[in-house]
Amino acid sequence: MSQSFEEISAQLKKRHRRSARMKWMTMGALILSAAFLVVFISDMVVRGWPAFQQAQLQVEVSYDEQSQKLPLAAVDEDVRPLISRGFFRSLPREMENNPELMGTTQTRWVIADSRVDQFLKGNEDRLRPADKETLQALVEDGRAALKFNTTFFTTGDSKMPELAGIASAAIGTVMTMLVTMAVCFPIGVMTAVYLEEFAPDNRLTQLIEININNLAAVPSILFGLLGLAIYISFFGVPRSSPLVGGLTLALMTLPVIIISTRAALRSVPDSIRHAAFGVGCSRWQVVRDHVLPVSLPGILTGSIIGLAQAMGETAPLIIVGMVAFIPDASISITDASTVMPAQIFTWASEPNSAFAEKTAGGILVLLAVLIFLNALAVWLRNKFERRW
Amino acid sequence: MNDTTLQNFQTQQDPPTASKDAARDPYTQAPTPDKGQPVTRNENVEENLSVRVRDLNLWYGDHQALKDISIDIFANTVTALIGPSGCGKSTFLRCLNRMNDLINSVSIKGLVEMDGHDVNARGMDEVALRRRVGMVFQKPNPFPKSIYENVAYAPRMHDMVSRKADQDELVERALRDAGLWNEVKDKLHEPGTSLSGGQQQRLCIARAIAVRPDVILMDEPTSALDPISTATIEDLMDKLKKDFTIVTVTHNMQQAARVADYTAFFHLGEMIEYNATKQMFSNPHTKKAEDYITGRYG
Ligand SMILES: Nc1ncnc2c1ncn2[C@@H]1O[C@H](COP(=O)(O)OP(=O)(O)O)[C@@H](O)[C@H]1O
Ligand SMILES: [Mg+2]
Repeated sequence: MSQSFEEISAQLKKRHRRSARMKWMTMGALILSAAFLVVFISDMVVRGWPAFQQAQLQVEVSYDEQSQKLPLAAVDEDVRPLISRGFFRSLPREMENNPELMGTTQTRWVIADSRVDQFLKGNEDRLRPADKETLQALVEDGRAALKFNTTFFTTGDSKMPELAGIASAAIGTVMTMLVTMAVCFPIGVMTAVYLEEFAPDNRLTQLIEININNLAAVPSILFGLLGLAIYISFFGVPRSSPLVGGLTLALMTLPVIIISTRAALRSVPDSIRHAAFGVGCSRWQVVRDHVLPVSLPGILTGSIIGLAQAMGETAPLIIVGMVAFIPDASISITDASTVMPAQIFTWASEPNSAFAEKTAGGILVLLAVLIFLNALAVWLRNKFERRW
Repeated sequence: MNDTTLQNFQTQQDPPTASKDAARDPYTQAPTPDKGQPVTRNENVEENLSVRVRDLNLWYGDHQALKDISIDIFANTVTALIGPSGCGKSTFLRCLNRMNDLINSVSIKGLVEMDGHDVNARGMDEVALRRRVGMVFQKPNPFPKSIYENVAYAPRMHDMVSRKADQDELVERALRDAGLWNEVKDKLHEPGTSLSGGQQQRLCIARAIAVRPDVILMDEPTSALDPISTATIEDLMDKLKKDFTIVTVTHNMQQAARVADYTAFFHLGEMIEYNATKQMFSNPHTKKAEDYITGRYG
């Protein structure tokens, strides 16, 4: 006898309830992870935002013979302790470069000392009472203000927080990544092409495949040790250089690129290969003219993600000495250099609150770059994705 | 008396002589006219031998998929391969252009001869072979490129054209021969995959004939298509046999009856009967073929 709708519905109710419950639980999981992300990013923004601002003071600067010899004399004694030492240091060069300034007195904005900066941001009060009074007067006159911190984006590290910037670390990162990509993109893609398109499917290639997958799971610090042992100790590549850092990261990124390229190649339907073989293509022609063009977006996406991973890597680079103190960036891949995550690491170990905000600011810059790279990967995938 | 035809047909052939014309360039010579005519031949038509297969055995690992296949395929005819699924039709077809090379586990014994050349011989380049033996697959598989590129790619690759004008002409001719020109002439640079299934299949045919092969292999070319596209392709096969030799696999008995001059019936890796289509469908010599054709089997 068949069941009535009532009977069936009674039983269904329980099933529907369960699926509703599952829906809420899965949605809860999503909300939880989204919440973590929001908290993390907003915390970083709140802490890092001040790093993009810098206190500046409007003062009278007299460019005369005395201040050329003794830069401290260029400004009034009262405000002198409020101004960054970096300003005084740069003064003689400025006068040398602009002789027409000689003998004039200019009213201009100069970078304030980090104690002023921190005081104005309400973080730390390490000013002497007398200086504080001078500062308050300046603030009332509108001659002390927080302005956009261009220095942060144009200079390298410094012992003076108000002069420390991310630029040389960013250049170091770019150089390192160039080395990494130059090494592991061609090698990785060619290895994957060989394994997917040319190699016979035998024990040896299976063994290689397993080992490549294992390699991708090796903790990155081990690659740092390997880099130290091989590149620095054996081949004598200069320590701390983008060359050694890039080569070390290449070891780490190579399996990622091989694996993602193989996946991209494997996702090309065999019907395309058959069509190409059918018209008399040689194996390489099949790969070059038909398989690679179709899988290129996938290969690029995988490589960019591998690159982004390498870019955030710190441990192996610390081992090969890329935590150097680099005030001025060099664009040679053999000179000592640092990278963004290592710079962040350096700043994070400073006790000073001025450096703490640099840490968060640096993280924001790094995050922005990584988000940009990932967005680029997604965009590439969508733009060139084809149906066949 | 069932197997007489087949036996006659087999015994009247010379034993395979692979290197008969080895000194001649195989691709500038016309196919050698065949002297030993099997009884199944239509005596009224002047026909040449295109592909000769003798005692062909094929294994996928330990599994024997083809057993002692011997068959002559005549130039400018349509030959249909029929039989229940899994009987080795596609496998046999792939032997003719060595697409089985792509499958690791395959081992082959026997002779497949074109123009007096053993296609499995060590000196035979499979790329050269596939230049002369084109293929159309079950599921239309145009390259993910423009309609124009789909056709122009292979001739350009084989250095058949150097000037752009020649290439344009060749593309137009191939598309006309495939009966597709009028439908696509205004959108040659749109992706081949944007066409309908039937059009895609004709594009694949255009791609195959663009290099002017001798033989075109078709593996169930209409099984993924609607009846109207199927009829179009059947008409096309009839027209194309003027210039090409067509070997087609089909599941559809009526189709074999409509388009094929000769029909070969395969069963469990063996070729049971090879006969003129009319003969095969009106008065088959073997019981198995008769059962299959009348629908009592598979
Ligand atoms: N790539 C392959 N590897 C192993 N066995 C195969 C492969 N292709 C086909 N076969 C086997 O060979 C036999 C013939 O297959 P096939 O030629 O595809 O038959 P048909 O085209 O007549 O349906 C079947 O038993 C099938 O399972
Ligand atoms: Mg088949």
